[in-house]
Amino acid sequence: MPDLRPLVRHQLMWPVLALVVLLVVNVVATPSFFSIRMQDGHLYGSLVDILRNGAPVLLVALGMTLVIATRGIDLSVGAIAAIAGAVACTSIAGSSQESATGTAIVAMSTALAVCVLLGLWNGFLVSVLGIQPIIATLVLMTAGRGLAMLVTDGQITTVNNPAFRRLGAGFVATLPVAIIVALVVLGITAVLTRRTALGMLIEAVGINPEAARLAGVRSRTIIWTVYVFAAFCAGIAGLMIASNTSAADANNAGLFIELDAILAVVIGGTSLAGGRFSLTGTLVGALFIQTLATTIPTIGIPAETNYLFKAVAVIVVCLLQSPQARAALAVNRRPAAAPVKAGVA
Amino acid sequence: MQTTVETGPSPTGVGQPTPVVQMTGISIGFPGVKALDGVDLRLLPGEIHAVMGENGAGKSTLIKALTGVYSIDAGTITVDGTPHSFSGPFASQAAGISTVYQEVNLCTNLTVAENMMLGREPHRLGRIDTRRMNQRAREVLDRLGLDIDARSQLDEHPIAIQQLVAIARAVDIDARVLILDEPTSSLDADEVSRLFDVMRTLRADGVAILFVSHFLDQVFEISDRMTVLRNGRLVAEHLTADMTQLSLVQEMIGRELEVLDRIDRTPADPAAPEPAPLMTVLGLGRKGSLEATDLTLHDGEVVGVAGLLGSGRTELARLLYGADSADTGEVEVRSRRVRLKGPRAAIEHGIAFSSEDRRAEGIIGELSIADNMILAMQASRGWMRPVPQRTKDALVAKYIEALDIRPADPQAMMRNLSGGNQQKVLLARWLITEPELLILDEPTRGIDIGAKAQIQQLVAELARDGMSVVFISAELEEVLRLSDRVVVMRDRRKIAERDNVDLDVADVLQIIAGEASSPGPADAAGAVPHQEASRA
Amino acid sequence: MSAVTVGSTSWVDRVKGYSPPQRFVPVIATFVLFVSMFGVGSIRYEGFASPQVLVNLLVDNAFLIVLAVGMTFVILTGGIDLSVGSVVALSTMIAAATLRAGWPPVLSMVTVLAVGTLLGLLMGLVIHYFQIQPFIATLAGMFLARGLCYLISVESIPIRDDLFGSLSSATITLPGDVYLTYTAVIALVVVGVAAWVLHMTRFGRTVYAVGGSEASALLMGLRVARVKVGVYAISGFCSALAGLLFSLYMLSGYSLHAVGMELDAIAAVVIGGTLLTGGRGLVVGSLLGVLVLGAIQTFISFDGTLSSWWTKISIGVLLLVFVVMQRFFSRRQS
Repeated sequence: MPDLRPLVRHQLMWPVLALVVLLVVNVVATPSFFSIRMQDGHLYGSLVDILRNGAPVLLVALGMTLVIATRGIDLSVGAIAAIAGAVACTSIAGSSQESATGTAIVAMSTALAVCVLLGLWNGFLVSVLGIQPIIATLVLMTAGRGLAMLVTDGQITTVNNPAFRRLGAGFVATLPVAIIVALVVLGITAVLTRRTALGMLIEAVGINPEAARLAGVRSRTIIWTVYVFAAFCAGIAGLMIASNTSAADANNAGLFIELDAILAVVIGGTSLAGGRFSLTGTLVGALFIQTLATTIPTIGIPAETNYLFKAVAVIVVCLLQSPQARAALAVNRRPAAAPVKAGVA
Repeated sequence: MQTTVETGPSPTGVGQPTPVVQMTGISIGFPGVKALDGVDLRLLPGEIHAVMGENGAGKSTLIKALTGVYSIDAGTITVDGTPHSFSGPFASQAAGISTVYQEVNLCTNLTVAENMMLGREPHRLGRIDTRRMNQRAREVLDRLGLDIDARSQLDEHPIAIQQLVAIARAVDIDARVLILDEPTSSLDADEVSRLFDVMRTLRADGVAILFVSHFLDQVFEISDRMTVLRNGRLVAEHLTADMTQLSLVQEMIGRELEVLDRIDRTPADPAAPEPAPLMTVLGLGRKGSLEATDLTLHDGEVVGVAGLLGSGRTELARLLYGADSADTGEVEVRSRRVRLKGPRAAIEHGIAFSSEDRRAEGIIGELSIADNMILAMQASRGWMRPVPQRTKDALVAKYIEALDIRPADPQAMMRNLSGGNQQKVLLARWLITEPELLILDEPTRGIDIGAKAQIQQLVAELARDGMSVVFISAELEEVLRLSDRVVVMRDRRKIAERDNVDLDVADVLQIIAGEASSPGPADAAGAVPHQEASRA
Repeated sequence: MSAVTVGSTSWVDRVKGYSPPQRFVPVIATFVLFVSMFGVGSIRYEGFASPQVLVNLLVDNAFLIVLAVGMTFVILTGGIDLSVGSVVALSTMIAAATLRAGWPPVLSMVTVLAVGTLLGLLMGLVIHYFQIQPFIATLAGMFLARGLCYLISVESIPIRDDLFGSLSSATITLPGDVYLTYTAVIALVVVGVAAWVLHMTRFGRTVYAVGGSEASALLMGLRVARVKVGVYAISGFCSALAGLLFSLYMLSGYSLHAVGMELDAIAAVVIGGTLLTGGRGLVVGSLLGVLVLGAIQTFISFDGTLSSWWTKISIGVLLLVFVVMQRFFSRRQS
């Protein structure tokens, strides 16, 4: 028991610390940062914005966490998100009752069904054909946006459907729907992985595939499942993005979201080498990325440079995870520690 | 452990050439293991020197120390009287030491000539002179009598040829020390004799050759001198001429001095009617790993498998479990014909298998003891039906207690356990699935004596309760203490199968060494000349 | 490559019994694909079969060719470089910004090349010495380069330098009134130099050896570290050079230039027959891969009825076909 605690604490300590530092910076820059107002029965405020805008990344990152835990990666989630939006919007736009709630439900179900199919496809390439995940999902990453444009016929399809719009921009009981959906999916993922044996089997496959095979684990099914789940999460994120603007933009919806998601997972302490994963870590990672995006303009740096900070975050996190870098830190503190320290600030 | 270093001719004797390599007091430790403990080795110019030892004896570690792959914790290495501390393979090569490893360490995507010359290609006008490179490769191949197109890509050739190319590469370096780490394991008789010709030529040229092989006949045929290791320590150095296969095997396997509790074993009553077998295999085999083998297993019986490293004992276990797929053979479980397509099929038929390679094929290091224990059971239930927490807790607590696992904390991380405790967790993993047949491949290797006795006791109890156990071990005492029947493997085939009645270590040693051929009940022949036995 | 006549068999026998070495098969497949695409195009569309169309593939994709060459080095070692698109953008920015600040064009070019190489070198060092996966390290490089772009300027900066302008518009007229730009010539030279380095130098052969088996290469005593770091530096250099070519093409520096171009480069390399697991592939293949991508675009623009998104879809399909083919190819080997 005394062995495990410091480790868990250690893994989540850095991301949480980084998030806290960011929040503090914000409060210093804008003292009203933490204030949340109630207006027309809806909550508003910077924190609410961060949560709401971070919802799609969090969703994608949840699926990505499981994929990464099996030693995989899914590059196609951004394209899948775009396809989900395209399918939903096209379906709504093509309906005779464009603004009916039923239309929105049918459209979203269709979109998610398509995403599940795409996930099955990715999973097939990885688990049955045995193609490296990065390459297998590259196929759909490349072709996916083309498919989305095929669906929307190259247009930015705008729709007018109140029910659909609520997903990204609406409120339920004072809270933005997007936040609720993301938290519900987080909850479902946690239950799915920690209340069933899925989480343990995923980790077993990710840590030692051969031992797992000899113990009789159905690695193929497990791997297949996580790709389907990742695509499903990406689909919800895509619907959210499309709903927020009431439009499907095949080119730009979910652009680079796969990279942000991978970043969130890595910052959250799940190793890209597979194995133990932390959904809480992913949540913290996703919040960190979104807070970063909010912070930078707040403190007067051009918003676009947040790439720079993301790069620093990736490098720092990876170096902290790398045994070689740790060894270098331990043996020769000064030269190796300097850039890392500089990075955190 | 007796460690008598008996040197042949005295190293400082008159007329004795000075060693080209002298390793003294070499120690190397890995986390939790002392792989080498104060080992000495000397190589004389113009000799073929065999390093002998079982799994975990430290042969490959010793070689990797000499080739600079591992850095040594203690001891000295001198080459030509100059002390060296190799920072990597490059440094070792520069000192004139070349190595051919067991797995072909070449790049199959390049041509034969490139593989031979890489790193020292002839250059002309700043570029690689391909023509001259091919020509030089051709010359070396000719010298070895190998008819291989130097310009062909390496992966167009079978493993045996690739191995010879690796040797050709080592030869071309003009090495003064050549290390051959199990170079013959994939060669057929012809290729072996060709290799031996090359080795003799090189010996005549004054090259010191370090030769590792688990084929005893080959060692006795080619080597001049041998160093025997056991459990990371030096046992002895001998002139080959002074040794017999029997004395060598005795030294390699050693004799356990620790007194273990006598295990109650009621030998099967030979007069009793033959019960219906649990499992029968006929002609089970796989190309390159096991020749067609027959075996019958009964409930409540421990079948011990004896044999040296590379004899086919592990391969047999893996085929019985379906960990590797067999090319030939029929398998019946409870008189029903089955196909063991893989571990899952085997588990469904009540078969469990604990691999000899605990770290790579057993433990899930970053998961808890509890998760590791429950893994096989959970895997067969599928992820949607988790083992209920209460059942899980009860099972884990039961086995932690029954097997005396420490720390007795179900949440402790597997990676941090000692070898013996890891092994017990793995046993628990399989016992939880309530198998009818338990295949244990070296379950007691590298674990402390207490855990070893406990595991042996457990095996005896399991068999008494009706489980069929296949017990594989390099230690003959252990095999004999536990087994009702002993299967002896050599050169990838079963050479003997005896009821464990009045059988002692010496008998088994003789069978392994190929010196006794008293007919057993169920086998073809006792002594098998090596050349026939190796793969066609 | 070069025909070395050894042995006693007559050339007639050898020609008759000739089957291409396995390592050329993927490249030949790509070549056949390219030729047949061109063939179909010539039959279907008027004016498709002109030499100028062919040469335009080089002219319009010069930067991508250079990018793909750098990527080939990296992929041959079994790595990947996601940063190349961003480095192209950064290069256009640096060139545009330094020129606007009045730097001599040559100095500006040298700076661009130095920055690109340095970035690649840094990524290589991180990958090799800290054993961080190439994917994530170059992802960081990708973000870093984009971030630096925005740091220079958020707006697009036009390039009005005379040397750049004249380089950009100057053409070489080939027989048959076919014109070629200098950028295309540079791209071809880069392909040639890369092929030479890969096949004629120890560095190049070590690249293949590392991709074939890094462990073996280490045990052979090869300079693995130098090669593993070197390929990223080369890729960085090629990205910077491609960035220069791109700035000649666009005559502007902009942070949003070359978004997603790394995917095109990777696709070209894979379609060119290079194994993503490393060790197998030819630079010529990558050149052909770029030409195939270019041909798809030409095809679609000639057709007129096909929408632009078919480009992406067909690239995806081609990728799939080649990846699956590679998979079965390597499975048969093992």
